[in-house]
Amino acid sequence: MNVRVGTDDVRGQLRNPMKYARGLGSAQSGVRHWWLQRLTAVALAPLSLWFLWLCAGLVHADYAAVRAAIAEPVHAVLLVALVVSLFWHGALGLQVVIEDYVHTRWQEITLQILVRFGAFLAAVACLFAIVRIALH
Amino acid sequence: MAEFTLPKNSKVRKGKKFPAKTGAKNVRTFRIYRWNPDDAENPRVDEYEVDLAACGPMVLDALIKIKNEIDSTLTFRRSCREGICGSCAMNIDGGNTLACTKAIEDCDAGDVKIYPLPHMPVVKDLVPDMTHFYAQHASIKPWIRTQSAPPPDSERLQSVEDRKKLDGLYECILCACCSTACPSYWWNSDKYLGPAILLQAYRWIADSRDEDTGARLDELEDPFKLYRCHTIMNCTNTCPKGLNPAKAIGEIKKLMVERKGT
Repeated sequence: MNVRVGTDDVRGQLRNPMKYARGLGSAQSGVRHWWLQRLTAVALAPLSLWFLWLCAGLVHADYAAVRAAIAEPVHAVLLVALVVSLFWHGALGLQVVIEDYVHTRWQEITLQILVRFGAFLAAVACLFAIVRIALH
Repeated sequence: MAEFTLPKNSKVRKGKKFPAKTGAKNVRTFRIYRWNPDDAENPRVDEYEVDLAACGPMVLDALIKIKNEIDSTLTFRRSCREGICGSCAMNIDGGNTLACTKAIEDCDAGDVKIYPLPHMPVVKDLVPDMTHFYAQHASIKPWIRTQSAPPPDSERLQSVEDRKKLDGLYECILCACCSTACPSYWWNSDKYLGPAILLQAYRWIADSRDEDTGARLDELEDPFKLYRCHTIMNCTNTCPKGLNPAKAIGEIKKLMVERKGT
């Protein structure tokens, strides 16, 4: 019989090992998450390079010049795309890290909520700033 | 949280030393993990000096020599001594492999360190508890599943090309070297099936005679059972049979996307 399953001591529980192996069964999900993580990664590769190029061009620019650069339609649109893929990708990745390592249920759920809310708020704040600069 | 330190009663202490007999010509030290469930002691690492001039070439030869001639209490599994049964899987010289196919001279210079397979419950010394691993294997129903009736007068046929698709899959001996080398399996083995079982799952998905591919994919479509694989590749690095479980898992993930669309 099992001595331990994961971190749980299961000696003396009088259950067949198959009970633990089958567990709660298959959740019938995970494909979407896997695909979106890769999709956002593919989007981030060119967007990050473009963003670095944009920043490099603004190294010695003053405040007005940076605002004007962000307000340019092409730059504003690409920045929005960058922010959306960045925080989406980051939230998906952090979700997996928490699932991997945090096994105390209340801690896990608290962290998952904080990651989701944090990523969403940060993304909304960035988008608000870009739109405000672009439309002023 | 994941545990990064050992609990107090699992901390490994210094053990006994068994020096070689005088007159030994070619001495090599083996440092071996020992733990006995029948005393209340912590695990310890015993040192055995073995005369390689009177010992076979493989690590298993040294273990058997130690058990026969130096310390009969040393406990380990072994059977075929030719890399086909998977019994003597253990952590040798920092990597999971089979003691019977690992040559002593291929170990790094210095002492040869031998531990049980990582992150498994230990039954005694080098013997891990494989119950959950075997139950996980049984849970994927690793046998041919069909709807059509078998041909009345012959076996189910398979083309030479389709048979070739099983090469690199059928050779797995379920020694668990790969699964116990996988950090994802260390942290989440209660739910994650691990590379060995997923390779077996793919072995049946890839079989041209099996008719239950959809149900097999259904059973695997889960954030934990399948998607805990983060392509770390320890499995492929460590496999003593030279197989590639990471690739098999990648193929399963591709089929998941293929049937769902993007």
